[in-house]
Amino acid sequence: MTTEALIFEAAEEGSSLWHDAWLRLKKNKLALFGGGVLLFMIIVALLTPWIAPYSYEAQNLDLGATPPSAEHWLGTDIFGRDVLTQIMFGGRISLAVGFIATAVALLIGVTWGAIAGYVGGRVDAVMMRLVDILYALPFMIFIVLLMVVFGRNILLLFLAIGAVEWLTMARIMRSQVQSLRQQEFVEAAVSVGLSPAAIIRKHVVPNALGPIIVYTTLTIPSVMLLEAFLSFLGLGIQPPATSWGLLISYGAETMEEYPWLLIFPGCALTLTLFSLNFLGDGLRDALDVRGSKD
Amino acid sequence: MALLDVKNLSVSFVTRNGTNKAVDSVSFSVEPRQITAIIGESGSGKSVSCYAMLGLVPSPPGRIDGGTAHFQGQDLLALSEAELRAIRGRDIAMIFQDPMTCLNPFMRIGDQLIEPLTLHKGLAKGPARLQAQSLLDEVGIRDPQAAMTAFPHEFSGGMRQRVMIAMALINEPKLLIADEPTTALDVTIQAQILKLIAELQTKRDIGVLFISHDLAVVSDIADQIVVMEKGKVVESGQPQAIFENPQQPYTQKLLAAIPSGQKPADAVAPDPLIHIENLRTWFTPTDGAEPIKAVDDVSLEIHRGEVLGLVGESGSGKSTLGRSILRLVPITDGKITFEDTELSALEGRSLKQFRHRMQMIFQDPYASLNPRMTVYDTLAEPLLLHGLVTKAGLDQAIRELMDNVGLARAFVRKYPHEFSGGQRQRIAIGRALATRPEFIVADEPVSALDVTIQAQILDLLADLTKEYGLTMLFISHDLAVIRQIADRIAVMYHGKLVEEGSTAQVFETPREHYTRSLLAAIPGANVA
Amino acid sequence: MLRFMLIRILQALPVIFVVITATFFLVRSAPGGPFDQEKVVIPEVKKALEAQYRLDLPLHEQYFAYLGDLAQGDLGPSFKYPGRSVNEILFSGLPVTAELGLYALMIALVIGVSAGVFASLKPNTAQDYVPMSLAMIGICMPSFLLGPLLVLVFGIWLDWLPITGWGDIPGDKILPAVTLGSAYAAYIARLSRAGMLEILSQDYIRTARAKGLPEWRVVTQHALRGGLIPVIAFLGPAFAGLLAGSFVVETIFQIPGLGRFYVQAAFNRDYTMILGTTVFLSSLIVFFNLVSDIVAAWLNPRLRHQFQGGGS
Repeated sequence: MTTEALIFEAAEEGSSLWHDAWLRLKKNKLALFGGGVLLFMIIVALLTPWIAPYSYEAQNLDLGATPPSAEHWLGTDIFGRDVLTQIMFGGRISLAVGFIATAVALLIGVTWGAIAGYVGGRVDAVMMRLVDILYALPFMIFIVLLMVVFGRNILLLFLAIGAVEWLTMARIMRSQVQSLRQQEFVEAAVSVGLSPAAIIRKHVVPNALGPIIVYTTLTIPSVMLLEAFLSFLGLGIQPPATSWGLLISYGAETMEEYPWLLIFPGCALTLTLFSLNFLGDGLRDALDVRGSKD
Repeated sequence: MALLDVKNLSVSFVTRNGTNKAVDSVSFSVEPRQITAIIGESGSGKSVSCYAMLGLVPSPPGRIDGGTAHFQGQDLLALSEAELRAIRGRDIAMIFQDPMTCLNPFMRIGDQLIEPLTLHKGLAKGPARLQAQSLLDEVGIRDPQAAMTAFPHEFSGGMRQRVMIAMALINEPKLLIADEPTTALDVTIQAQILKLIAELQTKRDIGVLFISHDLAVVSDIADQIVVMEKGKVVESGQPQAIFENPQQPYTQKLLAAIPSGQKPADAVAPDPLIHIENLRTWFTPTDGAEPIKAVDDVSLEIHRGEVLGLVGESGSGKSTLGRSILRLVPITDGKITFEDTELSALEGRSLKQFRHRMQMIFQDPYASLNPRMTVYDTLAEPLLLHGLVTKAGLDQAIRELMDNVGLARAFVRKYPHEFSGGQRQRIAIGRALATRPEFIVADEPVSALDVTIQAQILDLLADLTKEYGLTMLFISHDLAVIRQIADRIAVMYHGKLVEEGSTAQVFETPREHYTRSLLAAIPGANVA
Repeated sequence: MLRFMLIRILQALPVIFVVITATFFLVRSAPGGPFDQEKVVIPEVKKALEAQYRLDLPLHEQYFAYLGDLAQGDLGPSFKYPGRSVNEILFSGLPVTAELGLYALMIALVIGVSAGVFASLKPNTAQDYVPMSLAMIGICMPSFLLGPLLVLVFGIWLDWLPITGWGDIPGDKILPAVTLGSAYAAYIARLSRAGMLEILSQDYIRTARAKGLPEWRVVTQHALRGGLIPVIAFLGPAFAGLLAGSFVVETIFQIPGLGRFYVQAAFNRDYTMILGTTVFLSSLIVFFNLVSDIVAAWLNPRLRHQFQGGGS
C-alpha cells in the first residue's frame, strides 16, 4: 500500500451527532438515574413470574391486611395477598400497556406524518385535516364511552389509547419532515439524482429521529397515566388481572385503615413516571443541540 | 480628549470545556465627532469588546479580566450595573446587525421608540411620542404618524434599521455603537443606511464605533480603523495609511482578500450550452392570493466554458432562476435547452439520469450537508448512484476529489459539524464535482464565509472551472466578487432580466438605471 | 381576523356533528339496555317504557328525532331518573363543576405561570431546579393518587380540612380544587418556562437591555408577551383535561357535579344521559379550543395582520 493510501485507511473516526448526544446524556445525572430506574423496572417486570415472592393468586384470608413485615415486605391486602407481588404483577400490565400502546401510536403516527410531510400539497392537506378533526374530538369522553360500551377488553384498551396518541406523533413527524424537506442538503440530494424513497430513507428519517425519540419517551408515561385513570374509574384493566391504577383505586378505598395499600402502588407508579420523564427531558436536551454552526 | 478610551481590555469565557480568551488586552479609542471602525472576521472579539464595555455580556460565562474603558470621565468597567444601565440608551446607544430580529415583534414601533425617553428622561407619553415621530421623520421614514402604531413585521429590513437608528438616537447620546448594522441588508439599502449614519453623525455631533467585517464598507466612512484578529488588536490607523501601507501580515491578508480587479475578457467565440426561453417560475400560495412571480419571462443564454455572473438583490429571483434551470423547483412556463436536450421537458427517470451533467453548490455550507453523513458518505453517494465507479475504485475516486478541493485526506471520516465553514464548502464543492458535470450553479457560494476564506474558495472555484472546462452560473449579490470571477453578467430585478453583457461592458458602460444604482452602491471606492 | 374566526368556527361545526352522531350510534350499539339491570320487568310495562323512550322505533328514526330535539335544546328525559330530564340534571351539576374547574384553573395559572417565569430567569440554578422538580411531581402524580393522599394527610391525619361535599362545610372546596389544579399547574409551569427561555434568548431582548431597561421591565414589558403565548394556546386542551379530571376528583370527594353524573350514567347505561352529557361537554370543549386558538392567534401581531388581509 502506498503511503497516501495508508493515510486514508488510518483516518481518524469522526464524532457523529449521535455520539455527541450520548456524551451529553451521560453527563445528565437525573436522566441517567431515570434510565437506570426504568431499566430496573423493566427487568423486574419481565422476570416477575420467576422472582415474585408469592404466587399471584395466593390468598391468606386468616391473615387479612397487615402492614409491612419481614415475610411481606410491603404488607398484605384485605385478602391476605402479598402487596409486593401484586405490585410486581400489576407493573407488568401497566408497563406493557404503556409500551405497546405507544408503539402502536408511534407506528401509525410516524408513517402518517412522514407521508403527509414529504408529499405535501393536496395529500398533505387531506391527511392533516383528518388529524385536525380527530384532534378536536374530546377523546377522554370517547374512551370512557368506548370502554363502557364495548366492555373491558385489553386489546380495545391498547387501540383506544393508541388512537389518541398517534395524532400528536403524526403532527410532530410532519412538521419535522416539512422543515427537513426545505433544508438544502435534501435539495442537494435531489440534485445528485436520488429517488424520493431513497431521500426519505437516507436523509430525512435519520434527521427526524431526534424529536420522535424524545416524544416517544414522553408519551409512555402519559399512556400509563391514561390506563391508570381508566382503571381507577373501573373502565380499564379488570380483575383478576391487576394494574397499578387498579391497585391505587383499591388502596384509596381503604386508605384510612390501611394506608400502605395506597402508598406503595402509588410510589411504584410515580417513580416510574418520574424516571420516564427525566429520561425524556434528558434526551431532549442531549439531542437538541445540532452541533456548532461556526 | 477622546470620547471613549479603551485600554488593555481583556474578556474571557469560562465554560465546562475550558477558558477561552475572547478579547486579549485590546486598546482603541473614539474621538468626538469621529467614526472609529473595528474590523475583524468571526472570532476576532470585535463585538465582545463592545458588549463587555456596556455590561451586555452575560456574566457567567463571560468575565472581564482587566482593562479600563473611559467614557466622559468614568471607567465603564468599574461601574455598577445600575450606573451602567443609566448610561445605556442615554449616553451610549447601540444598534445591531439583524433588524429583523432586533425589534420586539409583539410591540408597536411607537411604544418601543418612546421607551428610552420615558425611562431616562422621565418624559410623559404624549411629548415622548411627538419627539419619536419627528425622529422617525429625520431618519427617512415616510409616514411617521402611521409608523408609530405599526408593528415591526410591516416594515422591510432597511426601514427597520432606520427605526433602530431612531430608537438609538432619541436620547441624543454622545456615542453610538453600531454592530454590523448593514451586513444583513441589500447593497443599495446598505448604501442608504451608511449615508444616513454619516449624516446623522455630523448633524448631531456624535462619535461612532462601527463594527464590521467588511473593509470596503468601512473605508468610505471611517476616520480611524482598528484591525482585530483572534482577540487582539493587530493594527490601527487612518484608512489611507492602512490601505496604502499595511504593516502587519494579517492586515495585508485582509486587504488582499478583498475581491478586486476584473476578469480579463476571453477572446473565444460564444457557444451556447444552455438556452433559456421565456422562462416563468411562479409560486401560487394555497389560499388563492396573488402568485409570486419569482422568475418572470426571462430569456438568456449560457455559453460553454464561461462563468456567467447573475446579480440581484433579495427578491430579484436569481436563486429561483438557478434552481429552475436545475429543475429543483417546478417551472410554470417556458423552455430550457441543455445542449440538444429539452431540459424543461424531462421527467422522472430520464431527468434523474440527466442530473449528473448539472450540479449545484449552495450558500449555507452547513445546511447543505447531511449532518449525519461523513465526508466519505457524502462524496460516495453521487459516485455510487450514477455508477461512475466500482466499489473497488471508490476509495481512489474519493481521494482524488478531496485532493482537488483541498481537503486533507485525514478528515475523510469526520462529520460536517467538526469542520469550519470554508472546509464545509469545500466538501460541498467536492460533492458537486463528483459526477463530473458540465454545468454548475453556484448560489452565493461565498456569502456566508469570512472574507479571507472567501478569497480562497473563489480561487478554488476559478481554478476548477478552468481545469475541468466547467460552465458556471455564479449567483451573488456582491458585485465586487462577480467582477472578479465572471466573464459575462446578467442583472435581475423583481423577477425580470434587466441587463446583460460582458463584465467590462456592464461595469464601464451600464445601460439601465437599476444597474447604475447597483454599481453606485458598491462600497469601497478608495480601495479597489 | 374575522375571516380566520369564521374559518375556525366552520371547522368546529363538523366536529360537533361527528361527536353527536358517533356517540349516538356508539351508545345504542352497546349490548344491554337501560332496563336490563333492574329487577325483572313485566313485558307489557317494558313495551310501554320502550315506546315512551322511543326505543321501539328503527335506529335511524331515533337518530333524526334526537337531532330534532337537540336543535330545540332538548336533551331528552333521563332513563335512570324518570320524571327528570337530562337538561335538568345537567344544569344542576354544571355550576358545581364549573366552579371546581374555575378554581382549579386559577390555581394552575397563578402557581404555574409564576413558577415557570421565575425558573426561566436563572436557568440551571437552584431557582430553576426547585420549582421544576416540584412541577415534575405534579405531572407524575395523577389526581387519583394525589387526591387520596391529600385526604389522608390533611383530612384524616391532620384533620385540617373537610374531605367530602361541596359548599356544605367551609373549606371543603380547597382539597378538590388543589387536587384538580396541581397537574395543570405543573404543565403550565413547564410551558411558561420553555416559552420564556426561548423569548429571552431572542435578539430583541438584548436590544431592550441595551436601551437601559431594568431587568424586571425587560421581563414584564418585553418577554412575557411572547413567552406566554404557548400557555394561552394550552388553555383549550387544559380545559378538556380539567373536565376529564373532574370525573375522578368528583368521585373521590363526592361532589355532585357533571363529572360524577357522567360516570354514573355511563355505568347505568342511561342512554339519554350519556348522550346528552357527551354532546354538552364535547361542545363546551370544542368551543373552548376554538376560543383559545383564536386568542393565541390574535396575540401574535404577524398572524393578526395576515388574517386581516394585506399580508406583510
